[in-house]
Amino acid sequence: MHKLVKHSLALGLMMSLPTMVMAQNFDDPIEFAKQKEQLTMTANGPANKPWEQYIGDRLASTQRFAKKGGSTVCFSNAGVNNPWRVVGYTDMIEEVALHSDIKAFIHVDAEGSDDKQIADINDLLAGGNCDILIVSPNTTAALTPAVEKACQQLPVIVFDRGVQTNCPVTFIHPVGGYGFGIQGAEFVAANVEKGSNVLMLRILPGVDVLETRYSSGLRVLKEAGLNIIGTEFTGADNAKTKSIVEDYLQRGTIDAVWMDAGATAVAAIEAFEDGGYDIPVFVGEDQQDFLQKWKKMDITAIAPTYPTYQWRTAIIAASRILQGESVPGPEWVLPQASITKANLDEFINEAMPPLHYAMCGCEDMPNYPQAWGGK
Amino acid sequence: MNSLVTFARRYTSINWANINPVYFVLAALIVAIILNNPNFIEPTGYMNFLKRAAPLAILAAGQLYVIVSGGFDLSVGSMITLVVVGSSMLTNNDPAATMWVIPVMFGMGALVGLINGMVVCYLRVPSLITTLGMMITLNGFAFLWSGGAPRGYLPDTFRFFGRVSYKDIPLIHMLPVALIVLVVVGLILYWLMHKTNLGRMIHAIGDNPNTAKLAGVSVNQARISAFIVSSLSAVVAGILLGGFAGVSTSVGVGYELQAITAAVLGGAVLLGGRGSVPATIAGALTLMAIFTLLNFLGMPQPVRQIVQGLILIAAVALTMRRKGKHANS
Repeated sequence: MHKLVKHSLALGLMMSLPTMVMAQNFDDPIEFAKQKEQLTMTANGPANKPWEQYIGDRLASTQRFAKKGGSTVCFSNAGVNNPWRVVGYTDMIEEVALHSDIKAFIHVDAEGSDDKQIADINDLLAGGNCDILIVSPNTTAALTPAVEKACQQLPVIVFDRGVQTNCPVTFIHPVGGYGFGIQGAEFVAANVEKGSNVLMLRILPGVDVLETRYSSGLRVLKEAGLNIIGTEFTGADNAKTKSIVEDYLQRGTIDAVWMDAGATAVAAIEAFEDGGYDIPVFVGEDQQDFLQKWKKMDITAIAPTYPTYQWRTAIIAASRILQGESVPGPEWVLPQASITKANLDEFINEAMPPLHYAMCGCEDMPNYPQAWGGK
Repeated sequence: MNSLVTFARRYTSINWANINPVYFVLAALIVAIILNNPNFIEPTGYMNFLKRAAPLAILAAGQLYVIVSGGFDLSVGSMITLVVVGSSMLTNNDPAATMWVIPVMFGMGALVGLINGMVVCYLRVPSLITTLGMMITLNGFAFLWSGGAPRGYLPDTFRFFGRVSYKDIPLIHMLPVALIVLVVVGLILYWLMHKTNLGRMIHAIGDNPNTAKLAGVSVNQARISAFIVSSLSAVVAGILLGGFAGVSTSVGVGYELQAITAAVLGGAVLLGGRGSVPATIAGALTLMAIFTLLNFLGMPQPVRQIVQGLILIAAVALTMRRKGKHANS
């Protein structure tokens, strides 16, 4: 029995070591400082249409891609496998409908698989029907060669997660994960006393956009002299989230909850509510259920966003490129505003589904709210 | 008179070796949790634990019927998801709708169990494949129904069962409704499995279907009933989970394997013939206690998975050893 325990411990160590060695740098001080600055910069473009705005001044010329007549836009999508992507993809479909110059829109869903997405891109290229290719990569490194190959044949737009090449005409993304982490953590630091207890809840380890949210959030909270009582993975599971918070409440007080994503924020709030505790300072996201709970219970809260309106921007960019108009590039950095108490009411719409992302920039579109599941 | 003597014999001299080891393991884990977190001894500590364990305990007790009959039911996890998603769609924020939505869900559960059982019995598809197919199908339905994201909320009347606790009760301070549900459903499943003819038939077909058939057991009827019980238990688990934490499209993920693990921890023999409802419920509590303890110890995710895997293998090895001893004695 002793031997068995020893062996299993050795096995456990062996299996956990490689993950430590392979850890990438998700805590890059240069990128942190850059995004922190971008959060405060004024974006170019129409203020009432943030999906057309851009931070910085660099433009990419696209005259060589100008095309007469209707065009075919192809889109290789990492997946429609979470509510954020469901909302974003709906934004995209509705944006396509606004463009008479887009004759056909071909969508291929990689269902969360790198291999399928690489094959999808190859198929689209071999088909020869695409005038432009939009890629929302499943993972950064794995998709880079496929994107490089596509760049040799046609104009390429990448959005959301990036790739490790500069060949696309433009890479569209909001400020980014560091910015998201900073926005929430700075709000916490401003609203609790020094030395207060903060619980950090994360979805899962190893995803770049989530790792950067966490590293920057942690940095800001620590610099503010706050006490991190724990960091837990929720697996985006409501029941697990609620259980974790209940367990922490049993062991001590919680003055603030920082989350790297808001889909389970309401479950976390319910743990306080059901146990008869005051709701502490909360960092959520722009999901409708959280915004409504926040207003109803008058919580001290903030909702950083990773705006789904970037899915609109990808289509706008495609249309402009095929007409030879210049677009922000090689990076199109979109503004990434938080929802605060001051503008909370603008974003609440009780007719929308619980996990509808309010920062969708879609309220002015013809099929709103039905297309997004609203009533 | 005779039975009284046996009763007395059985309970005056306890033969420790005959007590299912899962109870000792559970007791040891609870001591370890208390040492780690003394607050666990407070009512909010253990009552929250029991409230959380209730869905898995009920699900595992239902799964046990299929395991004892010699099969597996992998469709229960997606059944839970379908119940939560479907209920949120059907109730449509109307508190009064809970009254008819819950019976509809039980009807749907019975139908799924019936189909599982009939495919296994009449089309002769192994239960592992049948219920794997059903798992994928039900996931597809849940996705189609919701479009991949929750479309609505569950009203408080629906969430009552999984969320509410009666407060200010003397001695225990709080009593979760989910615990009452667990006790009631647990007693029903215990009675059905260990005190009725159906339970004996399920044991018989799992032990040896041919002998059972020759002995006059209607094999198909017993097997289909087992699948229906399992699906219905998934409906109860879904109602509790939806109540506990609200709508999510991934709520049932992984529950089928946890239910099987719990039954195995409780000493159920895979491939059939043996298993006990109380021990399975203890198995589910043990599994939850392991999760809780690993959480309190702050173990990283990979280590938790290793520990879980090793425990599963150890539990089966132990069961096989006990079984071997009994066969020799």
